[in-house]
Amino acid sequence: MARIMTIDDSVSMRKLVAATLAAAGHEVVEASNGSEGLSLAKQGLVQLFISDINMPVMDGLAFVKSLRTIAAYKFTPVLMLTTEMDPDKKKVAKEAGATGWLVKPFDPDQLLATIRKVLD
Amino acid sequence: MAPSLSELQQQLLGTFLEESYEGLDNLESGLLGLESSEDGSVAINDIFRAAHSLKGGAATFGFAGLTELAHEMETVLDDVRAGKRVVTPALSSLLLQGVDGLRALLADVRQGLPADATAFAALISQLRAVSKQPKHTDAPVTSKSTVAATRAAPGTWHIKLKAAASILSSGNEPLRLFRELGSLGQLQVSCDATDVPPLSTLEPETCYLSWAMTVSGNITRGQIEDVFAWVADECQLDISSSATTKESDPSAASAAPVRVESGARNAEEPLESIRVSVGKVDQLMNMVGELVITQSMLGELEDDGPIDRARLARIREGLSLLARNTRSLQDSVMRLRSIPVSIVFARFPRLVRDTSQSLNKKVDLRLTGQTTEVDKTVLEKLSDPLVHLVRNSLDHGVEGPQERLAAGKPESGTIELRAYHRGGDIVVEVEDDGRGLSRERILDKARRVGLVADDADLDDNAVYDLIFAPGFSTAESVTDLSGRGVGMDVVRKNIRTLGGDVSVTTKPGKGTKVCLRVPLTLAIIDGQLVRLGDYHYVVPLLSIVESIQVDPKFVMRVDGRIPAYRLRDEVVRMVDLAKVLAIPVAKNEASDRLMVVVESDGEKIGLLVDELLAQQQVVVKSLETNFDHVDGVSGATVLGDGGIAFILDIVVLGRLSRRRSALGLVAA
Repeated sequence: MARIMTIDDSVSMRKLVAATLAAAGHEVVEASNGSEGLSLAKQGLVQLFISDINMPVMDGLAFVKSLRTIAAYKFTPVLMLTTEMDPDKKKVAKEAGATGWLVKPFDPDQLLATIRKVLD
Repeated sequence: MAPSLSELQQQLLGTFLEESYEGLDNLESGLLGLESSEDGSVAINDIFRAAHSLKGGAATFGFAGLTELAHEMETVLDDVRAGKRVVTPALSSLLLQGVDGLRALLADVRQGLPADATAFAALISQLRAVSKQPKHTDAPVTSKSTVAATRAAPGTWHIKLKAAASILSSGNEPLRLFRELGSLGQLQVSCDATDVPPLSTLEPETCYLSWAMTVSGNITRGQIEDVFAWVADECQLDISSSATTKESDPSAASAAPVRVESGARNAEEPLESIRVSVGKVDQLMNMVGELVITQSMLGELEDDGPIDRARLARIREGLSLLARNTRSLQDSVMRLRSIPVSIVFARFPRLVRDTSQSLNKKVDLRLTGQTTEVDKTVLEKLSDPLVHLVRNSLDHGVEGPQERLAAGKPESGTIELRAYHRGGDIVVEVEDDGRGLSRERILDKARRVGLVADDADLDDNAVYDLIFAPGFSTAESVTDLSGRGVGMDVVRKNIRTLGGDVSVTTKPGKGTKVCLRVPLTLAIIDGQLVRLGDYHYVVPLLSIVESIQVDPKFVMRVDGRIPAYRLRDEVVRMVDLAKVLAIPVAKNEASDRLMVVVESDGEKIGLLVDELLAQQQVVVKSLETNFDHVDGVSGATVLGDGGIAFILDIVVLGRLSRRRSALGLVAA
């Protein structure tokens, strides 16, 4: 089981992800924006990040960019949570260093299946 | 395994609603802000995010109607954010209507009703028309059956993958792709390492490899594309099939699993919640800590030894500590329920904007004291009266631009909402710089409807007070805004049920100020217990200035009839409570009685009582809910001995006695 961080300014969305992950036995770290996520990431090693894109203070794209500059997180999977199926947005996310994306709305099984893929 | 979404949904529904309402408030104030300021670049991101988050949340929680409307708003706002569209007043109005629509849908959700967007179909199509490129109508909720739509058939797929050099640094591990592909069927992989440079020039973080894979089984192209979805953009990917795999006809889509709408959301009310700062909770924890210490201190005294003097002293000490801790704990808990008035104030920019536009008036709204905190229940009940007062000011108070200019005033009128604490009360004032109340018109109307006798001589305050009388309204015609039968009397009644009061001050031609004064909490007050004949009453401690023994030397009569008392260099009107409340008392002579000097409406009055008893905290019980409204009494309480005492409403008492004086009802 892994230590996973969920980053979202929407409490309900974050809790939904966190509760799903916790129920599957993962350890969950919650952050409400990118900059909080970064400082938490520096406090203890995280194996996977699930981040919203649109957030105040520091958005998801800036977060991935900064995260990739930290040696320990150079290759760590980062999934962006997005409502967009817009290819442009995906491209921007990829260029920023994101591993992949999860499309909202998702159901818990789908989320867990995706996570299993990345963590194996 | 994962918990079912609906169970989780249920738990998080309250949070979702709360943040959605908050998001809408931000969206609304952001839109209003865009309208008034030129530089909206900062705000537009926040506005967009509010719509965006709402859409995402609504979709996840399965509220299709909310999702649809939010989606259309988001599309328009996205264009605005990208600078492709300008927010005209018309567009702003449309978006504000969208906010209203979303609010209505959220209200449906809260009540467990299906949040159905059909009522907003017109709005949605208007928004769609704005975003010009008409979006296809499939809501995001249903858009994901496409992957499964292609039917799987046995076959073999050949896949060539030339990974981007940078694939590793996006966290994508090719090995993971193979593993996933392997889970679909029989997989064979061969690796082409011809591009790998000599070790001296090899960059360890770069990927130089390409692969050829064959995978066989009942696999669709969509499934394979899914595996590579995250890397397809940056890699060279070639997928071909050697078997006779037919891409299925579109009708197969109906065989795709249908996502069941979670309509089984039970009608359970989402729990009401309030946001509490961590500081307040910490404070509460401290208090509880103190309480535990006191408890253990008292606990030590519990053993069976004799109760001697020393021990008694320690018990007393412990009890007084306990009393102090209980008090602090109570304060802290009360503070937990307090929320800033900005929550109610936030609706007024919109109200003033819409209303002043429809009246062709120019009005600036000023909000002060937004961080003033008050009990949640009190605040909720303040909301409607405030709306009424602001509408009154807009409708009757502030003049049209022409009239204002003619009167030498600035073209735009100003309405100010002001909140602040005064003693144990919160005061909210609604002040405008409009035409003010007309003494003549009020008196005229009052005489016509028979509220005052034709020859009654009333001072200004008494005249202005008439607007709160039931059935009084000076509006000549009933407009759309105010004067809808709900008058100032209802405002006063509502405020009084909160244990507060309303007063009005006005300067003709200069403006009007309506002042709402409401206790911060409805639950508990500090009271001075007094005896009057055989009855006990509670005087709110906050209104007491001092209590004195009446000295006959200083008793006098003003105008030869109104009893008053010379208190040092002030003259204080004396109110015989027994007479006002019609209680038989043994002693009728003011001289051997006590006088509690209280402040009422800024004036000092002396209440005559028989005896001062204890000062204590009393739990306020509403008289209206259990009995009926009684003038001069704001509620009742149960005393320590089980008896009942009425709590006196000092402001109303002062007013009652003033009216008695004015009407010549003063007993000799």
